[in-house]
Formats: sequence, C-alpha cells, structure tokens
Amino acid sequence: MKNIFHRYGDYGDREAAGGENTHHDTSNEWPLWEVFIRSKAGLDHKHAGSLHAADAAMAIENARDVYTRRMEGVSIWVVESKYVHASDPADAEMLYEPANDKIYRHPTFYNLPDELKHM
Amino acid sequence: MTTKSFQEHFDNQIENEVSIEPRDWMPDDYRKTLIRQISQHAHSEIVGMLPEGNWITRAPSLRRKCVLLAKVQDEGGHGLYLYSAAETLGISRDEMIEQLHSGKAKYSSIFNYPTITWADMGAIGWLVDGAAIMNQVPLCRTSYGPYARAMVRVCKEESFHQRQGYEIMMTLANGTEVQKKMAQDALNRWWWPSIMMFGPSDADSPHTAQSMKWRIKRFSNDELRQKFIDVTVEQAKLIGLTVPDPNLKWNEETGHFDFGEINWDEFWNVVKGNGPCNKERLQARQKAWNEGAWVREAAIAHAQKSKLKAAKNNKQKSETA
Repeated sequence: MKNIFHRYGDYGDREAAGGENTHHDTSNEWPLWEVFIRSKAGLDHKHAGSLHAADAAMAIENARDVYTRRMEGVSIWVVESKYVHASDPADAEMLYEPANDKIYRHPTFYNLPDELKHM
Repeated sequence: MTTKSFQEHFDNQIENEVSIEPRDWMPDDYRKTLIRQISQHAHSEIVGMLPEGNWITRAPSLRRKCVLLAKVQDEGGHGLYLYSAAETLGISRDEMIEQLHSGKAKYSSIFNYPTITWADMGAIGWLVDGAAIMNQVPLCRTSYGPYARAMVRVCKEESFHQRQGYEIMMTLANGTEVQKKMAQDALNRWWWPSIMMFGPSDADSPHTAQSMKWRIKRFSNDELRQKFIDVTVEQAKLIGLTVPDPNLKWNEETGHFDFGEINWDEFWNVVKGNGPCNKERLQARQKAWNEGAWVREAAIAHAQKSKLKAAKNNKQKSETA
C-alpha cells in the first residue's frame, strides 16, 4: 500500500504481503498527525489517536476537540505521522527474544530468607 | 518468512487473542473486511449527526440544547476516531469520503428515517444508541488493535447518549396526554428500524461466519438483537410505553422474549437507497463537503505561507546574530 508510505514514515514498508494496490493521491489532504495526551501532571504523554490538520497549531486545536472533551488531558503533543519511525514486527524475535532468558534482571529471581527485612 | 508462515503466524495471533496491529501481516480479505466495516461505522457516526442536528435549534430548553449539542459533537468525534482507525489499514480519508458520497460505501440504514418530533430525539438516544452500544461493547475486544481502541473510547462516551435519550422519553411519558402520545408514537416508528440495526438474520448474513472466525465479531446479529430486545422491553414497561409488536411474548423455556416477524423487505429497500431520507442525507453530506472545499484549501495555503514566513524570520535572525 504505497499511499501510506509518506503518511506514516517508514510505516508499512513490508506490507507488500497484503492490502489493495490502488494508488490514491493524498496530496490534497491535510497531513496526518499523531496525538499524545498527558492525562494529569506527573504522568507521561500517551498516544491517544490521530487526526488530520493543516499545521501544528490546528492539530493541537483539533486534538483538544477530538480527544479531550471530557477532561482527559492537561497537555497535548502532536507529531506529524510521517516522522514516526517504527520497528518492524518481522524483527520482533531478533529484537525482544534476547531479554527472554535473562530473568536474573528481575528481583524475584533471587531466593533470599524470609527473615530478611527492608530489601 | 513465506506467505504460509505469515498466515500461520496470523492464525496463531488470532487463536491466542493477541491483537493484530497495523504493521503486522494480515490476509487481504481481513484487511478489506475491516476497511469496509470500520469505514461504514465511521460514516454512520457522521451521517448520524444529521437527523439530530435537525433538532438542536428547536430543543425545548437550554439544558436539552446543551445536551444535544454535546451528543452530536460526540458523534463527530466518534466518526473521526473510526476514520483514523481505518486509515491505519492503508485507505485515505478522502477515499473513504468519496466512497460515501458515491454510494459505494454504506452507512447504518437507521439514519435514513426522518426525525419529525422532539420525542424522536428521545427514541434515537434510547433505542438507536442502545442498539449501537449492544453492538459496540463486544467490538472493544475485536482482533484489530486500532479498531478495538477506538471502540473503547466510543463506548465510554456512548453511555450518556442512551441515558439522555431515555430521560427524554421518561419525561414525555410522565407528561401530559399529548406528550405521552408523542413518546409512544416515536417508539412505534423507531422500534422496528432499531431492531433491524443488527443487520440481516444470521442465515442471510454472508460475512458473519468469517468475521467471527477472525474475531472481528464476537456475537452474531441474531444473538445481539435478542439481547437488545430482552433488555429494552423491560425499559419500555418501566415508563409505561408499549413496544409495537403484538407477538412479543416472554418465553419461559428459552428465557428470552419471542418477537414478531421483521419486515426484511423494508430493510433491504432502505439499504438499496429507497428509504425516506437516503437522498436528503447524502445530499447534505455532499453539500457540506463541497462547500467546505475552499476552507480545506485555504488552511493548507495558510500553513504553507506561515512556514515560509517562519523560515524567513529564522534566517534573518541567524544572519543578524
């Protein structure tokens, strides 16, 4: 699906395996933005969804209307989707498998006496 | 990986209830089915704004007007969540809108019925949103991640829609004789179209089996319809309204209400474009889109101009520094 290439960074570049092969001109569309919302001070911004807007200022205004109608946020980040680079699901094994056999990185790996306090 | 192993990996994910995400491999037909279903769902939210928008200026009090405005704004938001979810599958927003305007894509037939009295705002909230919730709650666990996440958001917001609708019906049902009649009349007109919202019965629903296998759908049309009827009949009783189905009867054996024959000819007729408001609804959408064209173009032009201006200012600043 060629048309998502320029909308989602490198997103979809292995998608030859599926999808329609229609090429649709999206040059007249407002660009796509990803929206991140901080629900309250002290918490991370979290991905909420996406929307179209002509520029960053409009993206923030639209995000306010679309994603925070019920006090879901106190701060908004927007980033144009084409700048998001993502790992490839086909690489998942290579990337994340090595962590699997390293349970000694977790505190529960160590068997210590029950009498031990404050640890 | 070969196509076969891609397919096996996908099947395993479905089997183990692991969400499918946009970059995962998925069969062509899974993608197409989702694009069809999600875009149809998005279109329904957007077209669904029309019958209610009709009553914003005529709501009987400021409170009702605020509520209706908020509800219609929510529908717009729901449409946007869903369009975004569909876009992750590789279809563009404009393409979907073209499909709606050309009639290639469908939307829920219920919105092709007219809203002729204020009580219709009550009936729509109570019955139409009620039926939608019945359909949507299981979709929060649908196998495609972006769709499921959009539905979680939608369901959280939809509950107020149904409650405000029931409140309107309750108020009318407890009002004057004329108001009570108005409420009953709205129920009479919206009942059958509402239970048709679940779609054709399982035997005539060509996509159901595959969609259940892919865990896009969790319950069949008939299961959801029965569930809706069972709860709604009791809700009508509570405010003294009568469901317009003479064959409605509690069945001790099945633990469900039996109900009368649905007029599927009417259903298919409306789906095919011959409902009371099909033309009006599409025309309203096309008009809004066409008349908004200059705004979309101007916003792009303005954004480009601001970008150039900012770049120029930055250059000057760095030269003077």
